[in-house]
Parts: sequence; structure tokens; C-alpha cells
Amino acid sequence: MEKKNFTVSIYTENNPGLLSRIAAIFLKRHINIESITVSKSEVKEVMRFIILVNVTEEKIQKVVGQIEKQIEVIKAYYHTDEELIFQQTALYKIRTSEFEKEWKLEDFMKENNAWMVTVAPDFFVIEKTGKRDETESLYEKLKPYGLMQFVRSGRIAVSKEEMQISGMLEKFNTTNTNS
Amino acid sequence: MELKTASFEKVSTETTTVSGAEAVIKCLLEEGVGTIYGYPGGAIMPIYDELYKYQDQIHHVLTRHEQGATHAAQGYARVTGKVGVAIATSGPGATNLVTGIADAQIDSTPLVCITGQVGSHLLGSDAFQETDIVGISTPITKWNHQITKASEIPEVLAKAFYIARSGRPGPVLIDITKDAQFASLEFSYKKCSGIRSYTPVPEINLLQVERAAEVINNAKKPLIVFGQGVILGESEELLKQVVEKAGIPAAWTILGLSALPTDHPLNVGMVGMHGNYGPNRLTNECDVLIAIGMRFDDRVTGDLSRYAKQAKVIHFEIDPAEVNKNVTADIPVLGNVKETLKLLLEFLKPNKHTAWHQEFKDLYKIEFDKIIKDELHASSSQLGMAEVIEEINNWTKGDAIIVSDVGQHQMVACRYAKFNSSRSNVTSGGLGTMGFALPAAMGAKMGCPDREVVAIIGDGGFQMTIQELGTVFQTKIPIKIVVLNNGFLGMVRQWQQMFFDKRYASTEMVNPDFVAIARGYQIKSNHVSERSKLKDAIKEMMEANEPYFLEVIVEKENNVFPMIPTGAAVSEIRLE
Repeated sequence: MEKKNFTVSIYTENNPGLLSRIAAIFLKRHINIESITVSKSEVKEVMRFIILVNVTEEKIQKVVGQIEKQIEVIKAYYHTDEELIFQQTALYKIRTSEFEKEWKLEDFMKENNAWMVTVAPDFFVIEKTGKRDETESLYEKLKPYGLMQFVRSGRIAVSKEEMQISGMLEKFNTTNTNS
Repeated sequence: MELKTASFEKVSTETTTVSGAEAVIKCLLEEGVGTIYGYPGGAIMPIYDELYKYQDQIHHVLTRHEQGATHAAQGYARVTGKVGVAIATSGPGATNLVTGIADAQIDSTPLVCITGQVGSHLLGSDAFQETDIVGISTPITKWNHQITKASEIPEVLAKAFYIARSGRPGPVLIDITKDAQFASLEFSYKKCSGIRSYTPVPEINLLQVERAAEVINNAKKPLIVFGQGVILGESEELLKQVVEKAGIPAAWTILGLSALPTDHPLNVGMVGMHGNYGPNRLTNECDVLIAIGMRFDDRVTGDLSRYAKQAKVIHFEIDPAEVNKNVTADIPVLGNVKETLKLLLEFLKPNKHTAWHQEFKDLYKIEFDKIIKDELHASSSQLGMAEVIEEINNWTKGDAIIVSDVGQHQMVACRYAKFNSSRSNVTSGGLGTMGFALPAAMGAKMGCPDREVVAIIGDGGFQMTIQELGTVFQTKIPIKIVVLNNGFLGMVRQWQQMFFDKRYASTEMVNPDFVAIARGYQIKSNHVSERSKLKDAIKEMMEANEPYFLEVIVEKENNVFPMIPTGAAVSEIRLE
């Protein structure tokens, strides 16, 4: 079985220690996490993890099973790149003097679909959102021309198919009256 | 905030103002806890102070090492089905619990461990006896949590017990800072009845049960392999009925042992690395493999690429993550076997598989002639382990609880001990923790005081928790402790002989005078090395009304067979 990108989406209660528990499950099977984003989901008190790994499908099925087993994990899914719409954001801090040797700022921004975040006397920071290869190619372009700092966010993604989780989580918002 | 994520029963305890420490004790009492095992220390002193006041309601056993406390709690839980409780202080006290917690995790034993922790203002400052036990125990607990406010105690402990005992049981660790123990709260207790993110038992799909029944009814060579799930699901009677109605030979894993009486006509023995010849060989000949409450551990399956590939696999299992983890199930039947076996029974047709069953008997005869006969009726100058077990059987008649440690003697004890009723075999299966048996035997006897408890321990494992002889002496718990002394770490030595050209690296044990040590702990002791004296030695031990230690000198270099070497298929099980 060949390895491919799988994005694991995990909905959990908002308790400390869950990040550690989930990371440990990947560690146990010696799987490297390519990127991880954790933030509040669309439902109050429920956190959403988005974790990108590169493994075989057989392995990811077993890992997702073990993640769901954790007491405070509500649900866990995995998707391939084709099943998702995903993005990541990158910030580029650039030394103005170096950059202007090669390019005009306005034209460059338009051509590369980047946005200005901030301008300072000696540097400026631009932002680009896109797929990994898009942020990567912009990085390669800027590297020889005064790129001072560069950071990439984790992947965020929504699935193409309809997810049952939203309905399930809505139920959580109503108070539990039966024991 | 907690109320939204978990549901609690309404219980009519009036609210009282108590300290956090007292609240802990009251929670334990509400959960029906009668005996706890532990070791005091600075960070848990407030709880011990309250224990002192409640000593007529809760019995605390002081072990001699926190590891002993966890194993004792495990032994207690294994024989009673109740949640075992172990408590310890912070730092080294907590870290000493780790082995026992890991053992409970892998063997699905319900345990609640409570550790004291430094004051919350000191957390993360490398204070005296501070360790991040929550961080350390995360991979080996079903759930863990640190309490820094006294008000959290009732709900967190209620959740802890609910999680430990529900679904597939497991250990839970609750770490309570010292200030939370001292602070006061308005205490009223509500048992936990549900946690929204946790489904302990999956929904049963009736269609799967019907499909399973159909396949079983049409099977020509069906084989049942049952594990601890039958015992945890309290479905021993149902298993027996299924076995008898459909006439299916049934084999057990080391933790499933005693769920079906060992002398049941359709009980065909143990599977796994040192199991019986028949069930291992015929796993690769059956047409339907019915796995009930077992997880296809690597000791059972041998080489997975050659395990039961010819058979349709039906897997009765409560934990969805276990299905298709090691072995692909053609028909997974999720749910608690207590319900799924009951449903299966209705759809099963009465049947017999006499010729197929005979194959097991024929293979047993080969194993008997080649191995068992000489093990049970040895003629060598020195005693063998199997004949000691057999002599104990003659006395217990299969009614005792046998607690075994880890190693060759464990395999021999599990192969040869007789069991008439369930929850009679207590051993460290998944983790193989040496030193398990002595403290576990104490816990087992305290859990079932009316049953005979015999611990079978090797000279290696005995020395790992030998300090618990102190607990035996202090509590006067009348367990029988048998040390089978061969002067070696036998199992490793066997591997060194078979696979490492007899290079006995660090496996020879230079042992002390065990009898003198036991007598130093004021425990009645004896020593036997001659066959002619064995019967009387066992008799004296079994008739004693106090704790009794018996050292049996056995043959130094004996090997346990049959054996499936690592990497071999189950059908390649060796007789020599």
C-alpha cells in the first residue's frame, strides 16, 4: 500500500491534555505529523483538530479508530486531498531594499495574489493563502530577494461531502435532561 | 460546565461542607469501595488523615511499594469484577504506579488510581516530589485528570469510576493537588451515568448477529477462541450454552482461561505461543473462526500473514478499534457479548461436529505422549513444574484461584491448572509484568476471602516484589505462595538455548535462602526438592490457616513445549 496525504479531523471536548493524548497516538505508531491546527469549532465548547499526515490508508484507519476511543474525543474522520477543500496561509517578511532591486511591489502583489499585511521603514510583510505548492513557489521566488522571515500555518480544510457531525453537535447545545 | 458534557444520576445525599480529602473518601464509599491499597506521603497526607477517621468503613491496606498497591488492586478487580483502587503520593509514589497502570491498561482491568500532587501554586516549578504524572500516564490510562479545585472532586471521581468500569474497562488516574485536598466544598454526590463524547458499548447490529449465526450453522469445522471479554461481559454461562448448542470446540487465550471449565468436553485447550498443539494447528484448518472477547494478540496469532487465512472470521467485540486491527473480520459483531451471545443463541441451530472434534482429541494424544505425560509423571531426578501444579490440582480440585507471575512457570500453570469456575485465573497477560503475582494474590484473597488463593511464582519474579511479604505478614492474609525455583530466568534462558546457542547472558540467578527470608517476615515456610516429599509439602501448605510460603526446587534447565517461535505460523507449533 502506498503512502498518501490524509487529513484527520477530530472533534473533541475543550479539555487540556487532549492534544497530548492525540499526539501520543501518532507517536506510538511512529507517524510524523506534517501539520496540525487546533481551534474552536462551530459549536461552543467543542474543539476541532485538523492533522495532516502521510501514511498508508490501512494505518490511518487504525489510528483514527484509536483516536475515537479516547474518552473526550467526540468523533474522528479522515479524508484524502481529493475529498477536501484545503488551504494554508503563509507570511513573508521582506527587506525592502533587496526586494526593490528586482520588483515593483504593486505589480508583484497583483501577479502573485498576495496581500499586504504591514509596511515599515525597512521591511514589509505580505500574506498569501493557497495550497501548499502556491505558498511554496512564492517562497522560492522571494528567497533570493531579501526574505527575512517566513512562516506557514497548518492546513485547514472542509470536506466536499456533507458531514453528519454538525447535526450531532447541535444536539449537544441543548441541555441533557435524561440520565 | 461539566454538566453539559456528562450526565449524572440524581442521588439524594444531602449537601455537607467537607474538605476535599474527606470528599474523596465519601466518593469512594458512594461508589461501593470497601478495600483500597496504597502508600502515604507528603502530598497525600490530607486524604490519609481522613482515611483514619473512616477506617471502620473503608479498609486501607498498606503495601510495601506502590507497584504492589496497583497489582493488589488489579488482583482484587480481576476476581470480583469491581473497580480496584490504589492511592499514592506525588513524585516517586506516583511514578511507582506506572507499571501497574500500564498492566491494567493492556489487560483491560478496571482501576482508579488517586495520586496526591504538590500544591497548585507549585505546579511546574520542579517542587519537592513533583512529577507530571498526568503527562506520564496519558498513554497508559483510559482517562486521567488533575484536580486543582476541591469543588471538582465529586464529579471528576464519579466520571473516573464510570469510565474505569464501563465498556472495555481500564485504569483511570486522578491527580489531586494538596491545596485541593485541604480546601472545603459543598459536597453532594451524583453517580455518573453518561459522557456525551464516550460510547462505552456500540450499538448492536442484529443483521450481523444473524449473518454470524448463518455462517456458524453452515460451518463444517467451526472453532471458537474466547478471551477475557467473556469474563468482563459476565457471559460465561452464555458461552457454555453456545458451545454446547452448536457443538463447537472452544479454545481459550491466557486471559480467557477459566471462563469455560477446563474439563468441559468441548474445551480443547489454550491457543498461543505455549498453548496446546491441537487448537493452534487446527486454527489453520477450521472453516469458521469465532473470536469471542479476544483481541488477536501477537502471542496468540503468530505470523499474521499465515493466521486463519482459510477461515471466515467472526469477531464478537465491544471495542470497535480492535475490529480489523490485527485480523480482518469477515463478520464483526460489535457489542457486549452479554447481549450479542444471547441473540446469537436464538439463531443457532443445535449441531454436532464429532469428527472435527475428534481431530483435536487426536492431536491432544500426540501432545500428551510427547510432552504432557512426562511433565505430569516425571521420572527425572529433579522435580518439574507441571507435577507441582498437578499436585496442587489434586488438592484444590479446580476450585482455587491461581495467581501466576510471568515466565515458564506461568505457561506451565496456565496449561495444567484445573478450573471449575470463572474469575479463577489471575495473571499478567498483555504486559507480562514480573512481580505481579505476590501482590495480586493478596488482592485476590481480599476480594474473595472464601476461596483458596495460590500464587505460583518464579524465583526471578518473586524478587521483583518480594517486599510485599511484609504486607502479607502485616495483614495475615492466608494466601499460599509457591516459588518454583530453577535458579534461572527460565523463559529467557529457554530462548537463549533455542536461538542464541545457549549463551546464558545474565539469566542465571544466584538466589538467597528464600525460606529464611519468608521466616524473617514471620510467615510459615517450607522447602521441598524431592518428589517423595512433594505431596506432603503441598498438603501442609493447603491445610494451613495462615499465610504459607513453599519453595520448590525444580529442574534447572527445562523447556516449555509446545512452542510457536516468533515469526512462525500457528500451525508450525513445535513439540520440541
